[in-house]
Amino acid sequence: MAGELVLLDFWPSPFGMRSRIALAEKGIPYEYREEDLRNKSDLLLQMNPVHKKIPVLIHNGKPVCESVIQVQYIDEVWHDKAPLIPSDPYQRAVARFWVDFVDKKIYDLGSKIWKTKGEEQANAKKEFIECLKLLEGELGDKTYFGGESLGYVDVALVPFYTWFYAYEKCGDFSIEAECPKMIAWVKRCMQKESVAKSLPDQEKVYEFVLQLKKLFGIE
Amino acid sequence: MAVVKLFGAWLSPYVYKVIWALKLKGIPYEYIEEDLSNKSPLLLQYNPIHKKVPVLVHDGKPIYESTVILRYIDEIWPQNPLLPANPYDRAVALFWIKFADDKNPIIAKLYRTEGEEQQAVVKEWLEMLEAMEEHALIGGKKFFGGDEINMVDIAFCMVAHWLGVFEDTAGLKVFEPHKFPQVSSWIQNFKSVPIIKDNLPDTDKIVAYLKRRKEMLLTSKSN
Repeated sequence: MAGELVLLDFWPSPFGMRSRIALAEKGIPYEYREEDLRNKSDLLLQMNPVHKKIPVLIHNGKPVCESVIQVQYIDEVWHDKAPLIPSDPYQRAVARFWVDFVDKKIYDLGSKIWKTKGEEQANAKKEFIECLKLLEGELGDKTYFGGESLGYVDVALVPFYTWFYAYEKCGDFSIEAECPKMIAWVKRCMQKESVAKSLPDQEKVYEFVLQLKKLFGIE
Repeated sequence: MAVVKLFGAWLSPYVYKVIWALKLKGIPYEYIEEDLSNKSPLLLQYNPIHKKVPVLVHDGKPIYESTVILRYIDEIWPQNPLLPANPYDRAVALFWIKFADDKNPIIAKLYRTEGEEQQAVVKEWLEMLEAMEEHALIGGKKFFGGDEINMVDIAFCMVAHWLGVFEDTAGLKVFEPHKFPQVSSWIQNFKSVPIIKDNLPDTDKIVAYLKRRKEMLLTSKSN
């Protein structure tokens, strides 16, 4: 069933982190291959010709592209351990909605926070916090979005935590001050080995963001 | 028997995706037309976050975002399945559905943009058509779903019908059939499926509506 599993990835990518967490949760061995995005491998270009992006999960030589699809695929194929996606169809629909919400909002707004200044940045910060508050509302009093165990929404969202420090430094604000429940949830997730070992250090991500800013000529 | 309600708007491709799925599976439903300039309190209550159509209400529980709705419908009513059974094939289908879903909001701007902004939208359209021609429709299949349409065919509804609408509204030609022969065949095949053919909004009606809306948008921009 395991076969050959390769993950083409790039260490600071929150999308790649999702697949790393899913594989770790289920204890599935795989080969991690770091891609240099300025010099993409032939394998990456061959396996994801449409987008040429990471992460790509290659299972027995066949590519699965898009992190949310990879997590679903991993959950289906290795369904006997640590299920991530709810079994109830309605709960599944709710989880898919929130993963779609994270995909539509968090990455783009976060990017605007470190890439822009002035009014554009202020608007991005405001909307970012509003989105986190909506997510806090969905979390409610649960331990995780998935209930008592890590679920699809947790796996989709928690990687963005590694970029929070960079957003805070660039945007000059505190996410914990505005969304304490969100940070409390992050801390609970980080206590899980599958999450802790899949996520890079926030300071390292911030250094990476500073390098990007230099590269793109952003102050 | 559980009640199924669909909140929709007559010109929205996202709403038609859901209508087609319900009809393909033979699921009876009550349709509620929303005036998008004056949304009903019920719609806002069911979909407080995005406040959009379509919203499916099943057994009093709301589901929104068209692809989330389609997957829910496919799981609750498994007859005439809309996704492959094999996990890998399903992952490939979901890739193309996401591809179409990510492009749709951008390509919809074709009729209401001008100049450089419109050129950028045209570029997105061409990228989408090229990807479909070169990667998605390989093997000369009749439909993405093989011999029958599936969720991937439904996801590309904008290419099938609304592209023509946007071209007419904008007075612009983007799709040249001879450059995209596979996509061209697929469009004809898709629109010949009885449930699709019988459930498409009137082109002239949408074009007239979008032209008025475009004028309003451009007037308000210049004021």
